[in-house]
Amino acid sequence: MIPLRSAFAGLLTAAWLTGAAAAPVPDDVLVVGQTAEPASLDPAVSTATNDARILVNLYEGLVRYRSGTLEVEPALAESWTVSEDGRRYTFRLREGVRFHDGTPFDAEAVRFHFGRLLDRDHPAARTGPFPLAFLFRVVERVEAPDPRTVRFVLREPHAPFLANLAYPTGLIVSPRAVMERGGAFARAPVGTGPFRFAGWQSSRKVTLERNPDYWGEAAKPRLVIFRPLTDPNTRATEMLAGGVDVMAEMPPDALALFRDRPDFAVREQVGPHLWFLILNTQAGPLRDPRVRQAVNYAIDRQALAAHVLQGTAVPAHGLIAPAFAWAYDPSQRGYPHDPQRARRLLREAGAEGATLRFLVAEGGSGMLDPVAMGTAIQADLAAVGLTARIATYEWNAYLARVNRGLGEDADMAEMAWMTNDPDMLPSLALRSDARPGQGGFNAGGYANPDLDRLLAEARRTADQARRADLYRQAEAIVVADAPIAFVAHWKQSAVTTAAVQGLTLEPSFFLRLSGVTKR
Amino acid sequence: MGAYLLGRLAGLVPVLIGLSLIVFLIMALIPGDPALAILGPYATPDSLARVRAELGLDRSLPVQYAAWLGHVLAGDLGRSHSLNRPVLDEVGERFAATLVLAGAALVLAALIGLLVGIVAAVRQGGTADRLATLAVLVGISMPSFWLGLLLILLVSVRWRLLPVSGMYAITGGEDLSDLLAHLVLPAVTLAVVAAGVIARLTRSAMLEVLRQDFVRTARAKGVPERRIIVAHALKAALVTVIPVIGIQAGFVLGGAVYVETVFQWPGIGRMLVNAIATRDVLLVQGGVLVVATAYVLFNLAADLLQRLLDPRIGA
Repeated sequence: MIPLRSAFAGLLTAAWLTGAAAAPVPDDVLVVGQTAEPASLDPAVSTATNDARILVNLYEGLVRYRSGTLEVEPALAESWTVSEDGRRYTFRLREGVRFHDGTPFDAEAVRFHFGRLLDRDHPAARTGPFPLAFLFRVVERVEAPDPRTVRFVLREPHAPFLANLAYPTGLIVSPRAVMERGGAFARAPVGTGPFRFAGWQSSRKVTLERNPDYWGEAAKPRLVIFRPLTDPNTRATEMLAGGVDVMAEMPPDALALFRDRPDFAVREQVGPHLWFLILNTQAGPLRDPRVRQAVNYAIDRQALAAHVLQGTAVPAHGLIAPAFAWAYDPSQRGYPHDPQRARRLLREAGAEGATLRFLVAEGGSGMLDPVAMGTAIQADLAAVGLTARIATYEWNAYLARVNRGLGEDADMAEMAWMTNDPDMLPSLALRSDARPGQGGFNAGGYANPDLDRLLAEARRTADQARRADLYRQAEAIVVADAPIAFVAHWKQSAVTTAAVQGLTLEPSFFLRLSGVTKR
Repeated sequence: MGAYLLGRLAGLVPVLIGLSLIVFLIMALIPGDPALAILGPYATPDSLARVRAELGLDRSLPVQYAAWLGHVLAGDLGRSHSLNRPVLDEVGERFAATLVLAGAALVLAALIGLLVGIVAAVRQGGTADRLATLAVLVGISMPSFWLGLLLILLVSVRWRLLPVSGMYAITGGEDLSDLLAHLVLPAVTLAVVAAGVIARLTRSAMLEVLRQDFVRTARAKGVPERRIIVAHALKAALVTVIPVIGIQAGFVLGGAVYVETVFQWPGIGRMLVNAIATRDVLLVQGGVLVVATAYVLFNLAADLLQRLLDPRIGA
């Protein structure tokens, strides 16, 4: 056994002597760990928050979210005006901005970007698909009267338009690079941002370098390297070993460990996210609103957030996430955990001991810990005498099942949405004509004309305070009717080494890195 | 020998075609499709139909398969929709990484396994034998993802001797010493189970050989014990052990997916898992073809080696 042991020890010593173990990362290089490899670095194609964390450093849109909020401020547009009827948005573009490939950013580039998204006959239409193009479906045409002016003409007034422009889908790409590279643009992106693309090695790293010709303040890090670390344990150990400066989405088990150590810092931020149950309002026991309310009373959100999700989420009381500070209604308390009231409602509805067929996902974007949450909810429902029969699906199969509508053979289903405007979730998933099969996601078949009317009016309303009031009214209707069960808002987390300075977590979950330094 | 080799290689073609057909059918049968994987939660019937048409998924299954096969025969594995790059590029890079890992693990497993097996056989019933048997039992029973994690915690986090994960340092050059430093832990982790199996088999094969007449004759002639074990007994025992090493090559390739996940090794196992999740049929097909070919070739190499060691086979 001696030779074996010395051989292994020798290998270790050799490796140690080469100095390759955890070589310290230079001060002007920032290494960011992510939960997955990006799917695409083309903002028109990408849908994942994980990708957006890279995209917002490479590209810019006409507007962006002001730091710490979900409200817009100028970016590539210096200013804008909105016509009286709310159908024309005219942007004055920043002068002297160039894409990383040297081509100028101008009104034609903006026209190209939106033409590519919306016009099926556009020369770059086949470089997609563009899953989020529907955010701009309201755009009738884009005009470029001169190189520094771009005008959007909308089919109808659409108040969420500016917020949509700030979303990654609105980040402007270099027309020349898209035309030259086609589908490969997704792996060789060209934007105007403070960093430019420097390389992508499959499942190893994506490298960005400082853009020396950036129009604004130059980025502080010389290089930013994004590493996909898909295994939660590896994310923690790699951070402990010093191989990463910033880690997005640390597993909850590990967060406590980093919180207690002075050489690390933990940052958290609740996002514009809602984890909910779609309830079948068309068939089965949940057709009765009292049974839907009972389900809402039965769920112990506080325990779910604190124990199942270990503090990586906060309980949801209504439709609008607190991240939408301007529209959030802190007085909306929703459904407290009240099993007795749930039992009473079930008795009134004659639904005691009913069985609910419950669709549960095994994973998926924004779904947090869906199986554990599904079983915890099952236990909560059992406590009020409801039997939930769980059927689990792999994420892809799950979407195929849920998005065609719950129909006759399912009573409730887990779902999670990450949105950019309070309009998005109710308009796409609760409006009566947002039916599955007709471009909508109203899988529970909910219909309330009062809600439809409020949502339509909010879209026509430019005044933010007035809009906020309309959304609060809409929220009150949805809470009362309970077509969904409100469960949780996701709290993003990032762990950094104590040396990392100048990083703020945004409610959008974007990660802007140009001002980050290491002491 | 040449004809035998050609025959075996020709046999590979129907195996691969059959395999690709099975994989294709499974991918077609499981719920969800590439269009849904791309569009995700925002899929609408309209956008799904458009993406399906763009990807050629609106054609009938036989037509899709025939088109794929035609392209493969022409040397084109197609383009991955989830990665936006040619399947061949991705599979080539990722398989090279797996080959480095699995190759190192297999060599390590064979060395450790043979050594432990021989020592245990020679010291049958002694302390060394009992320790070896216990070690083998632990090695075979320990799940590799758990072992990998323990090694990371101890060697990388506590002692800071070796990097935690990845194939190369995140900054700086990609030289051999860097690769070796990153390779040690995953290769050891992956090697442990195979080493256990090989050790167990070597022990019993050696015990059987050591009881045979020619060993007694050699001892009677006064041949040094060390020489008897290495030159006579081991050579005879290897005829039994080598095919098992060939089979272990398959298990090592299969087990690589766990180790690749724990150590973030950019190998083909993790690529295949992602490709299945995104319903990237072309990428799955390309990856399976390469892995299957490698598996068959490993076994062929083991068979050839066995023939070299034992001329009676195939004579």
